[in-house]
Amino acid sequence: MKKGAVKALFIRNVWDENQVLRQILGICSLLAVTNVLTNSLVMGAGLVFSVALSSLTISALRNFIPHRVRMIVQTLIIAAWVILFDIILKATMPDISRALGPYVGLIITNCIIMGRAEAFAQMNPPLESLLDGIFAGLGYTIVLVIIAFIRELLGFGTILGIDVNFLGFETWTIMVMPPAAFFLVGVMIWIVNNIVARKQAGGGKRG
Amino acid sequence: MGSAPAISPMVIFLASIFTSNMVLSNFLGMCSFISVSSEYKTASGLGKAVLLVMVFTTVFNWLIYHYIMIPLGLDYLRYLIFIIVIAATVQIIEMFMDRYLTDLHMKLGIFLPLITVNCAILGISLFMIIRSYSFLQTLLFGIGSGLGWWLAIAALAAIREKMAGNELPPGLAGPAITFIITGIMALAFVGFSGIFVVM
Repeated sequence: MKKGAVKALFIRNVWDENQVLRQILGICSLLAVTNVLTNSLVMGAGLVFSVALSSLTISALRNFIPHRVRMIVQTLIIAAWVILFDIILKATMPDISRALGPYVGLIITNCIIMGRAEAFAQMNPPLESLLDGIFAGLGYTIVLVIIAFIRELLGFGTILGIDVNFLGFETWTIMVMPPAAFFLVGVMIWIVNNIVARKQAGGGKRG
Repeated sequence: MGSAPAISPMVIFLASIFTSNMVLSNFLGMCSFISVSSEYKTASGLGKAVLLVMVFTTVFNWLIYHYIMIPLGLDYLRYLIFIIVIAATVQIIEMFMDRYLTDLHMKLGIFLPLITVNCAILGISLFMIIRSYSFLQTLLFGIGSGLGWWLAIAALAAIREKMAGNELPPGLAGPAITFIITGIMALAFVGFSGIFVVM
């Protein structure tokens, strides 16, 4: 694979077709784990791990899976990788595993993984699929980290659990409650839509 | 079997509709919640189908977890087994409805396969295990959560239908405004908190 192709794949997955902001996929976990930055980083790592390895496996097996039962086979492959991640997480970071609760298991039904499997892995060779999975996961993680940063900073006055509230402002409890997550995602989608629209109107370099 | 928390099943039922609503406070089932909520009738149909599948899968998963997986020590396989149970349940319900409830099947038919990958369904099975609910608590938790999901999507669809003709800034139309409406709804549901306490 050429260097230019890798870069194109990266830009497409992280910006042009960002799974969260452009495709509106994988929203559940995005909203649920972003009240604290640490949890978001772990969740992002989990998604990158699961989507990359699921894409690799599905792509490697793509010629052996009968078309009619491919959904169930894909789900089982994804579930196997998620179980592995869950076991590793429980063994190495039990506190975070408890804080994330059911949301690690819910990576199985995260539409991003199934989306990449259907749209990319089942018709591309393993190496490309692995990269595609990693980049799609990174696109999700970046959004996750931005939202978690804002919510943790304003909601608790901390970043990664370290107190940064030098100005002594009153923390906004609403930021760590569910409604703020919806508002922030809505506003982020709005901003990104506007940037894309402006680029297109100005005959921007990227379509 | 672990000791079930001493919460009245009725409290769990009401709490899962209002204070810990599946969509608005646990963020489960968002994908279809955002994409299938532009029309009230369709949204309500999906809500009913989710309610139906949710009640059956929580009951089946509870029975399988406590009477098969725990005795055999297969706890670590629960994600895999739950997702298979969910897929199988959806298939069986669909076949049953096709045979005996043809009218209902015509109405809900297209939504049923979609529900397999609705994370609210898997999420609720995982919640009941983590909170070690008893059978009766699980049953009412399933019914309540399904009703709560239905209520949320029907309300959102009704709001979106009302404002379909409004003019919005172009970037805000579609998903962005849907999130903001949902945020306002979630804000309203936060108002219920404190009435019942769960967890």
